[in-house]
Amino acid sequence: MLDRYEPVIGLEIHAELLTHSKMFCGCRVVDSVEAAPNTAVCPVCLGMPGMLPVINRRAVEFAMRVALALNCEIQNHNIFARKNYFYPDLPKGYQISQYELPIGRHGWLDIALSDGTTKRIGIRRVHMEEDTGKLTHRDEGSLVDYNRSGVPLLEIVTEPDIRSGEEARAYATRIRQTLRYLGVNSGDMEKGVLRIEPNISIRPRGSEAFGTRIELKNLNSFRALADGTDFELDRQAAVLDGGGKVIQETRGWHDTRRETFSQRAKEEAEDYRYFAEPDLPPLFIDPAWIQTMRATLPELPQAKEARYRIDFGLSPVEATALADDRAVAEWFDAAIGAGGKPKSLANWILNDLFRLLNERGLTISDVPLAPAALVELQSLVDRGTINLTTAREVLAEMLESGRDPTTIIEAGGLGQISDEAALIAIVDQVITDNPGPLTNYLGGKESLLGWFVGQVMRATRGQANPALVNEIARRRLEEKRDTAGS
Amino acid sequence: MDIISLTLTELREALRRGETTSVAATQAMLDRIVALDNSLLSYLTITEEMALEQATAADQRRAAGEDTPLLGVPIALKDIICLSGAPTTAGSKILEGFNPPYNAFVVDRLLEAGAVILGKTNTDEFAMGSSTENSAYVTTRNPWDIERVPGGSSGGSAAAVAAGLAYGALGTDTGGSVRQPASFCGVVGIRPTYGRVSRWGVVAFASSLDQVGSFGRTAADVAAQLSVIAGHDPRDSTSLNIPVPDYEAALTGDIRGLRIGVPREYFVEGIEPDVEAAVRVAIDDLAALGAEIVEISLPHTQYGLPVYYLIASAEASANLARYDGTRFGPRAKGADMIDTVRQTRALFGPEVKRRIMLGAYALSAGYYDEYYGRALKVRTLIKEDFRRVFESVDVIAAPTSPATAFRVGERIDDPLNMYLADIFTLPLNLSASCGLSVPCGLDRQGLPIGLQLIGDTLQEARILNVAHTYEQARPRDRRLPAVPAGATG
Repeated sequence: MLDRYEPVIGLEIHAELLTHSKMFCGCRVVDSVEAAPNTAVCPVCLGMPGMLPVINRRAVEFAMRVALALNCEIQNHNIFARKNYFYPDLPKGYQISQYELPIGRHGWLDIALSDGTTKRIGIRRVHMEEDTGKLTHRDEGSLVDYNRSGVPLLEIVTEPDIRSGEEARAYATRIRQTLRYLGVNSGDMEKGVLRIEPNISIRPRGSEAFGTRIELKNLNSFRALADGTDFELDRQAAVLDGGGKVIQETRGWHDTRRETFSQRAKEEAEDYRYFAEPDLPPLFIDPAWIQTMRATLPELPQAKEARYRIDFGLSPVEATALADDRAVAEWFDAAIGAGGKPKSLANWILNDLFRLLNERGLTISDVPLAPAALVELQSLVDRGTINLTTAREVLAEMLESGRDPTTIIEAGGLGQISDEAALIAIVDQVITDNPGPLTNYLGGKESLLGWFVGQVMRATRGQANPALVNEIARRRLEEKRDTAGS
Repeated sequence: MDIISLTLTELREALRRGETTSVAATQAMLDRIVALDNSLLSYLTITEEMALEQATAADQRRAAGEDTPLLGVPIALKDIICLSGAPTTAGSKILEGFNPPYNAFVVDRLLEAGAVILGKTNTDEFAMGSSTENSAYVTTRNPWDIERVPGGSSGGSAAAVAAGLAYGALGTDTGGSVRQPASFCGVVGIRPTYGRVSRWGVVAFASSLDQVGSFGRTAADVAAQLSVIAGHDPRDSTSLNIPVPDYEAALTGDIRGLRIGVPREYFVEGIEPDVEAAVRVAIDDLAALGAEIVEISLPHTQYGLPVYYLIASAEASANLARYDGTRFGPRAKGADMIDTVRQTRALFGPEVKRRIMLGAYALSAGYYDEYYGRALKVRTLIKEDFRRVFESVDVIAAPTSPATAFRVGERIDDPLNMYLADIFTLPLNLSASCGLSVPCGLDRQGLPIGLQLIGDTLQEARILNVAHTYEQARPRDRRLPAVPAGATG
């Protein structure tokens, strides 16, 4: 279809903000899946008569941080608006949102594509609003839980710059990662704290006019986002190819049937009768406040990835893997700060450490492993105090106990044996104990050297310095040849 | 001592001097309510038990040497102001039986000041009306003639104070709902500057216009209550964080040198001759007291009415969307969730429905710019009228309403004519000014006429002093209107 049609996709992402209290009242923000229904509510977020909203300063700061991270201009003069629509999960009958003057505008986010290129996606707006409650329909009636009502919500809307399911996925992944870096959202799509809704249309190649778009909902994973978007593009192409017309509607994604289905026809745009919220005066954000927020921004994933590649010479795959999660990246940065060597550290983290963590179902924040301890381990290997095999065992124990590697090595007598006299004695013993292989070796099968080395390593429980053992074993075996030949 | 005839401030002095008790005053009010309110219908709820408990507590505190600004003073609340422990209906069937689990900010302030709450007074449904005829429960009667309306929407509070069924009362004024009934009932009523009094716990009609005000038999009574309820409340983001002056201390009785503007647009065709005459005499009195009278112009006055109805109705259309029977209030039995909500909403009265429709229309796509958007622009012009005038005058004097109290039923089928009762009060709500109505005589039928005094932003003390000075110069007959006992149909 891509030869005939150009996909035009824009994404709306709703992200709940991880503030302590709700957007306009003092109620706690609770896990809406775990908490008992209607236990984090008050007259304000229940929309009772005479109750009034007060803006949560922290939510504004979170919104500002996100807008800044997405390279938006921050609106100094913020207006909240009432978005009027009726549903029983919306207690006031309107949602307090931002309409004409959102907190962030004209931003962008770069995404990396699988072919190694980078694409810039425009961010049209970032605005603050409040979440609704949740309805559950049962045979005996409908139940409503208002715990989520009034939870601060951020809406991030792109320009229609996205052209494929892959791009949609790359963008959404980057947004989720950025929100997690900023500590404003857990990124838990299953729990609905991050909700992604693409607007999808196609148009004939070369056409300037937009086609009729559909809005896709119920996407609870990035895979569903990519597959749902691609399915929709193909469906719309088939409709147009068959001489039909795409209908403006809301469609859902069926995760098991892997297809979209019509949910609600949108004959015309819904009329939300927006008007400025009279209960909230305009919110002025002065430049000093913006500066303060800008100063609190962490190094963002893109910047970390670039630094790892350019300053440390890591591969793009390594850089991306290390920067993926802020906790890992900061752990890595701390290890570098403790004197670690980047390439070797990256190997230790991405291979050994991740494997150990995965086996245990833990994250780096869950284990008492200090970055400096891994650097110490690395240097013990470099200095030859222990070999790699021992180092892996030591790392596993460090993960469990949090003890430093030197302590573990001393307590377990795990230090590498580099004492030449001791090793000569062990090598000689192995040679004496194995007359058969010795005969074969002397008879010309010199590849048996490795076998002798292995026997020495086994006898020393892997602690022998392998290079030294190799050298000694060759020397002593050759000496036998000399003895035999004389 | 006839305890009924005392004003609020006089009662307070009598309590301080130990000449009477709060329980005696409260019981006198409750007895009088029982005797007269069957014909007046000013109260929707009488909180007798609560009132007597509060009065007893007040007397005990007094005996212990305590004194607070309203200690032991019985006061009534418009039934749109939430009081925990009693129903709040806003005059609507859709809130029948609703018991708010919270007090309005103003109620907390009254209770801290030691006031005794007598009950909840009648109002037009959601404060939408000028006569209390839009109340879903009863139509309150004017104490001066029970065939007539008390004005509205705070008609219950105005009538109760006028008839001696409360020493003071709170109301709300969105377009004149304190001043116009004060005028009709012959009492003083103030509408403070928007933001001076917190709206927390006050059932919303039009959020950018609503403001709580007080009623009293004198300017001093109004000032005493305002001193208590004014002030910053962090729970209302539109509440002003500016210190509150002592309004009673501002009643100096001296208005010499004050420049008082008389807007020509407020003396137009349609104003009753008796009203115009009385107001002009009152203005002459103010001149005689040393004020300088200046003719002024508020050129956009004529647009006040349409602008007000567009803005107030638009805001109301959103504010009233929450009454769906899901979380509080009565719930109708419907076939399904949506039908349940639809049938519950049938409990709204016709005027409320009319304004919801009007407001939703004014905000709808394609009409917003023409109606709501245009109204906002003209509101700015009206605001600018006042701002400009207050550069050259200190106070504006005008009639409160073009007419005196009309007969029950007379305008009920003519909404536009009903709306005209507020034509001189609503421009103020669209601006950042404050205003009050003070009685300035009776018309030839013996019905009270109100003089409206409008002050610049936060100039409540100044207009109260003008009203007080005028009262001192032209003392009114202290006798309460004779309300016939017996039931009103």
